[in-house]
Amino acid sequence: MASSKQNIEALIKRDYQAGFVTDVEQESLPPGLNEDVVRALSAKKNEPAFMLAWRLQAYRHWLTMTEPKWAHVRYAPVDYQAISYYSAPKSKKDAPKSLDEVDPKLLETYEKLGIPLKERELLAGVAVDAVFDSVSVATTFKDKLAAMGIIFCSFSEAVHNHPELVQKYLGTVVPYTDNFFATLNSAVFSDGSFVYVPKGVRCPMELSTYFRINASKTGQFERTLIIADEGATVSYLEGCTAPMRDENQLHAAVVELVALKGATIKYSTVQNWYPGDVEGRGGIYNFVTKRGACRGDSAKISWTQVETGSAITWKYPSVLLEGDNSVGEFYSVALANNRQQADTGTKMIHIGKNTRSTIVSKGISAGRGQNAYRGLVKVLKGAENARNYTQCDSLLMGDKCGAHTFPYIEVKNPTAKVEHEATTSRIGDDQLFYLQQRGLSAEDAVSMIVNGFCKEVFKELPMEFAVEAQKLLGVSLEGAVG
Amino acid sequence: MLSIKNLQASVEGKPILKGIDLEVKAGEVHAIMGPNGSGKSTLANVLAGRDGYEVTGGSVTYQGKDLLALKPEERAREGVFLAFQYPVEVPGVSNIYLLKAALNAIRKHRGLSELDAMDFLTLVRERLKLVEMKEEFLYRAVNEGFSGGEKKRNEILQMAILEPALALLDETDSGLDIDALKIVANGVNALRSPERAMIVVTHYQRLLNYIVPDRVHVLAHGKIVKSGDKSLALELEKQGYAWVTEDAPRASA
Amino acid sequence: MTAPVSDSRPLYLDAINAQRAALPGQTVPAIRTLREEGQARFAELGFPTARLEDWKYTNVSAIAGQLFKPVNGALATVSSEQLHSHLFADLPAHRLVFVNGRHAPALSSVGKLPAGVIVGSLAEILATRPNIVEPHLGKIAPTGTNGFTALNAALFADGACVHLARGAVAEQPIYIVYVSTGDTDSVMTTPRNLVVLEESAQATVIEQYLALDDARYLTNVVTEAALGANSRLEQYRLQQESTKSYHIGTWYVRQARDSRFISHTVDLGGLLARNDLHDILGAEGAECEFNGLYVVDGRSHVDNHTCVDHAKPRGTSREYYKGVLDGMARAVFNGRVVVHPDAQQTDAQQMNNNLLLSRNAEVDTKPQLEIYADDVKCSHGATVGQLDTDALFYLRSRAVDEQTARDLLTYAFANDVLSRMKLAAIRLPLEQRLTTRLLRGRSLNELELI
Repeated sequence: MASSKQNIEALIKRDYQAGFVTDVEQESLPPGLNEDVVRALSAKKNEPAFMLAWRLQAYRHWLTMTEPKWAHVRYAPVDYQAISYYSAPKSKKDAPKSLDEVDPKLLETYEKLGIPLKERELLAGVAVDAVFDSVSVATTFKDKLAAMGIIFCSFSEAVHNHPELVQKYLGTVVPYTDNFFATLNSAVFSDGSFVYVPKGVRCPMELSTYFRINASKTGQFERTLIIADEGATVSYLEGCTAPMRDENQLHAAVVELVALKGATIKYSTVQNWYPGDVEGRGGIYNFVTKRGACRGDSAKISWTQVETGSAITWKYPSVLLEGDNSVGEFYSVALANNRQQADTGTKMIHIGKNTRSTIVSKGISAGRGQNAYRGLVKVLKGAENARNYTQCDSLLMGDKCGAHTFPYIEVKNPTAKVEHEATTSRIGDDQLFYLQQRGLSAEDAVSMIVNGFCKEVFKELPMEFAVEAQKLLGVSLEGAVG
Repeated sequence: MLSIKNLQASVEGKPILKGIDLEVKAGEVHAIMGPNGSGKSTLANVLAGRDGYEVTGGSVTYQGKDLLALKPEERAREGVFLAFQYPVEVPGVSNIYLLKAALNAIRKHRGLSELDAMDFLTLVRERLKLVEMKEEFLYRAVNEGFSGGEKKRNEILQMAILEPALALLDETDSGLDIDALKIVANGVNALRSPERAMIVVTHYQRLLNYIVPDRVHVLAHGKIVKSGDKSLALELEKQGYAWVTEDAPRASA
Repeated sequence: MTAPVSDSRPLYLDAINAQRAALPGQTVPAIRTLREEGQARFAELGFPTARLEDWKYTNVSAIAGQLFKPVNGALATVSSEQLHSHLFADLPAHRLVFVNGRHAPALSSVGKLPAGVIVGSLAEILATRPNIVEPHLGKIAPTGTNGFTALNAALFADGACVHLARGAVAEQPIYIVYVSTGDTDSVMTTPRNLVVLEESAQATVIEQYLALDDARYLTNVVTEAALGANSRLEQYRLQQESTKSYHIGTWYVRQARDSRFISHTVDLGGLLARNDLHDILGAEGAECEFNGLYVVDGRSHVDNHTCVDHAKPRGTSREYYKGVLDGMARAVFNGRVVVHPDAQQTDAQQMNNNLLLSRNAEVDTKPQLEIYADDVKCSHGATVGQLDTDALFYLRSRAVDEQTARDLLTYAFANDVLSRMKLAAIRLPLEQRLTTRLLRGRSLNELELI
């Protein structure tokens, strides 16, 4: 199969397509972190006193913590003093009031990324909140949503316009003491998205945020908070890219979801941060804490993620199933090609009665990539009739990569039923040959097999994202079969 | 022997049986036919007492007793036997062990002594011939790794050994090739007796060529919409279920 | 009982220093070095704490918080009458009995050994034929993976030594019995077993751990086994320690080309039992099969850690561990399978199933795969739950009452593991024990038909 191997190898060499730099004047804080930086950041954002107090609390706690080492990843140590904790496009001192006020160059960036805000506003019915480095540049569709009582705005705006909601929910799912990266985020987060869907309201469109790291030597620390009040429903999409740089950039985000009684939150991510080059130079360190709480009975939180980018991914979108009959789901495709390393999975904590969770994880390892699934299913004593089903599959392409599975199952209730299955397979020469012999190119054959492998996850994504995810996977995998 | 009056039942809150009336006398074979989703299997499972089938109204009297008040095993000991549509695999429990445990539980209930190993084996060997099964089947785990036909034959073997008063055959023919069907039917026919009643639930008329019923009932939308003798089955075969199900409003009026 | 202390390390180190000179084989340089390394490693590591990933679910602070006095000899005499009812009496075997860790020749009956087969006490063989032991002891098990193995290396005084020369076949099983009698003080035994099979040799080795009364003690045993090319070892490990005892058992196995290792681990006793079974498939075509059963109740805690290292191509591993938990029992399973970059065409399967019978029982299971090669077939599964409701209904519909149906299915669930044992003389008495335990003393005489 030498010829197909060569074909495939030729295919891998494609470039990172989102790797361009936007030339806008940036206003940044000098690199380094201390209490003054936290105060300056809060002051720049004109935050109320409770926010500064919270940030300082987090910062002081962070000083007592050490970086976690348990994940199946290796990377050069991060110098937290070399990072700039605030970076904003300088052109407009005040946040833009409408798209017309947004720097045309920024809009161009989004155009290149395939997210033309204007067009989307008109055609696609997707409300987009775009975060460029540290600040939210524009949020579309705000008016239409506001008429239904839905709040969709940048986190900074929420702090000013809805402080009572922020104060009530911020840090209730991911406390500022949670873990090293979440605590750092709590101290220095710059912006992010905020969503509140009132009682009984079904959000009529997909809400979407696009994150992009542009400035060099900056970290991105955004924070997202989504609250679905009783009986509300919302679907939220998140996409991420970063330009190519030969240094590693840190992304330490926190996402908190709160689903009250009967509410449903669906959170989808397509993560395509710059993965570094073939030799592992550069790329984003994606150290993210995502967690949702089903606070009321029959609440539902569903995470879907397609993780193709980042040099290192460290991320476990989780669900606390507090309410009776609440449901948690995690659908994931994670790819590790070249020198990428991913340690990702989920935690499903069954607290209420009749709580159900489903985990479907598809890990693809290629090149010298290392891909680990790490998951925890915990059934507490009171979680009568809790059910979990976990399916965890790995696909290996090439003999230099690795696929690892670390599921933790802890059961303290005899009426619970927990099932975990894991398999490992590879794309075999015989499969490739068979498909090629039927007229498919090696590339198409690989993509067919990989898409088949990921189908259960892709079908959870909103249509347009599913198409994008498939393409992204195709591009990210080029040349990966050996 | 069996008297079903206005029986109503739901599955997961959804009403499936909406008032079934049926009288079955000892020695009779009744066929219950109907399209998919008409409630045939629900009826069989309700009579056997399966969890998840909630009786919401009506009564079932069996040999003068309130059948619905009995636990599944009590019904079995009283002589109610369900041949499952999908016989369940029970890994680690051998067929013969199950047979002996079941038979002795029923004998004990009837005030009979337990069979000793020799008598038991003699009985089992004899009944094996009825369904043309090899003895080695006895020593395999219940239904585990059995083909569809083997599972159905195994059900009839159990019936032959347990000698129920009322046998419920739930889609015992579905999925069988003609040879297996004949074996199953022969087994069933050999067990017909003046003391025994049978309710044969089936989707296909084909089975009734081999097990000739005394009465045929057509179930549609949770009710018996038409009853007749064996000729009704042939009529159905000719005309299809639409013939009776379209009749339904009139029949129930 | 000794009063609890915050760090018992100095107490153990003192005990090591006091005993060292009297330990057998001190004149053999490799053995002396091994003991010194063990002592140094223990001084460094101490006992494991819950902060270590491998000890996350098993708290040994009850052991670490006091001195279990190392014993080096019999505390009490045991008569063969006392012992008889505890043994697998119908088993023709080469039997070695150890009382409180030391060889008891009067209770042993090794009998006539086939050509090329050596079975004896480690202390004795170290004294008479150290060349049998020296190349292997301490070479298969790393000296200090944790405080327990380090302590064993520092203090081992005796154990079983089994050596089969090239092509030798031990037709009768080699049956090693460890009897603990306990003492007024809490005591520790540190047996060390060595099993060496040269090319194409074949043996069955049974290790049985039992107590004559309900004493409180610690068994800290390490077994090393080297399987030569094309050799075959079937191992039975039956842990029936007292309900107050602690059992820490570590097995290290290294397999050469085309060798086959089968292990049956059964845990029925102990207050706390921890088994580490580490197998390195170090050459092409090696195969292993691990069967494990734990049936625990009361406040017992059983932890099975297995690790299969697929280091070379075309290895096969199979693991089936099952547990039944009642009372306030807790079980831990950690099954790790590592497929190294070289180990193409590895075929690894692992399954862990657990039944919880009580509201206060708990299971923590963690099957792990770490795969660095691509042409592999690997799968693992773990379940925690209850009996299958369909099977239960099926049995009830066949006139079996609910409790009997439950007991029967529980028995069938557990017996699945025992049914893989080839030695009927071991399997049948264990099945009997299982029926007593899971069928509440009711007889399963119907099963005699089968």
